[in-house]
Amino acid sequence: MDWNHTLSRQIVDLPRSGIREFFDLVTGSKDIISLGVGEPDFVTPWNIREAAIFSLEKGHTTYTSNLGLESLRCAIADYVEDFFSVSYDPACEILPTVGVSEAIDLALRCLLNPGDEVLYHEPAYVSYAPTVLMAYGKAVPVETNIDDLFALNPAKLEAAITPRTKVLMLNFPTNPTGSVAPLETLKTIADICIRHDFVVLTDEIYSELRYDGEKHVSIASLPGMKERTLLLHGFSKAFAMTGFRLGYACGPAELIEMMCKVHSYTMICPSITSQEAGIEALRNGREAMLEMRDSYRMRRDYIVKRFNDMGMDCHLPGGAFYTFPSVKRFNLSSKEFAVRLLRDARVAAVPGTAFGSCGEGYLRCCYATGFNLLEKACDKMARFCESLKS
Amino acid sequence: MIQESLLKLLESDARLSDQQIADRLGVSVSDVAAARAALEQEGRIVGYQVIVNDDEDGVSAFIEVRCTPERGGGFNHLAKRIARFDEVKTCYLISGGFDLLVLVEAANLMDVARFVSEKLSSLEGVLSTATHFRLKTYKLNGLLFEEETPHERLIVAP
Repeated sequence: MDWNHTLSRQIVDLPRSGIREFFDLVTGSKDIISLGVGEPDFVTPWNIREAAIFSLEKGHTTYTSNLGLESLRCAIADYVEDFFSVSYDPACEILPTVGVSEAIDLALRCLLNPGDEVLYHEPAYVSYAPTVLMAYGKAVPVETNIDDLFALNPAKLEAAITPRTKVLMLNFPTNPTGSVAPLETLKTIADICIRHDFVVLTDEIYSELRYDGEKHVSIASLPGMKERTLLLHGFSKAFAMTGFRLGYACGPAELIEMMCKVHSYTMICPSITSQEAGIEALRNGREAMLEMRDSYRMRRDYIVKRFNDMGMDCHLPGGAFYTFPSVKRFNLSSKEFAVRLLRDARVAAVPGTAFGSCGEGYLRCCYATGFNLLEKACDKMARFCESLKS
Repeated sequence: MIQESLLKLLESDARLSDQQIADRLGVSVSDVAAARAALEQEGRIVGYQVIVNDDEDGVSAFIEVRCTPERGGGFNHLAKRIARFDEVKTCYLISGGFDLLVLVEAANLMDVARFVSEKLSSLEGVLSTATHFRLKTYKLNGLLFEEETPHERLIVAP
């Protein structure tokens, strides 16, 4: 068969993820300390795992409604109201999904007509632009930089708007920079969205993991925003549940209804085991979550200090579990630096360019790794940086 | 404040050096040393010990002891007297159906029996004892003895 002519042109032309490229390089290497992961190093807290086991023991092994378990939606509504100060009707404004990834895919498919433009801030999570493309939209990055601590600059956002702009995607705290949006910035962005009648998809998967002492504010909670915002959240990061593949979308009933239609034809529902584990996480997971957060904070403070000491300029990120140190002073590209770091120091970190071209000159280093390994990784990196200077 | 963080770190790994703790907490080594010294002096840090899996060596027994409280001293006098025996590794005053819970370690069953009958039961004030032998340890001081093999994460993930 001539697969060249058989496969979808659009999918063939879709760029490979920069992470995937780096992953291929790392595969097979031995004795690597990895700062390249995007998930917690904690195992899911036992009470949540136990709830999943209990669900299986009871024989709950069926499909659920496309909207997911009502008890899960009610737990989500309570949690979201408490944490984000926005209330959603569990009957029609909440959709449990297979991770936030599915929710983003559903939302973009339901919102975009071919050629509609979606703005998102770069460096960004690797899936945003490809998901827009797969929904036949045009992904338009708005660069952020260290001067704004990688928060979206409203003036740059305005400059990227065209008559085709329909959606703005936000992700604070941000993967890969760990940046958070100051409240004033968020308010200005909200004004812009209202003025231009944008829909906002806000991926707040890292919202519990904030270390700057500020209360996390969702753009959905700002005046006039709930009606135009889809709030995306999930269990992966705060509750260390990446493998459960469970997220949710909260937003206007009209959009949720369309998303549920696509969801019903494609995914049907997240696994019932995960949904029942999710209820336990929301109802009784807070203490374990705070414990993990405190541990991340300690590691963040440590790694940022070490990076700055070894000559990699690194801002103190306000959230998530990533640092985004600069390697510019070593006169190597991000990729060259990462490849040599892997080869010479046996430490894996992801080149900033995997998250957009404006990530050039940076590395994404995840500190969701045991402290002993972090110390070792930092020692190795310090020696590596020293060797580059000489 | 640093004292609480210090305790938390030491409880998870008592071998951490003052330098490592200082790095983790973002404070100076002298602050850590001072906090540690204060905790030791106050008696909050009583000692630093290793946690050994000794299920295969010797025997351990948990002994419930009922006793008569003394006027003036309550259970303290008798409890301290029991706690001084080398065989006694742990001794708690507890609420409920008995008064003292005593953990005894010895080379073999006979040694425990001898300790209970000759030393413990014969003390004035001890009304009765009930001895339970340990069969297997699953968790001690927050540590699982048969830890599941850690599941490897991908080296690089989005």
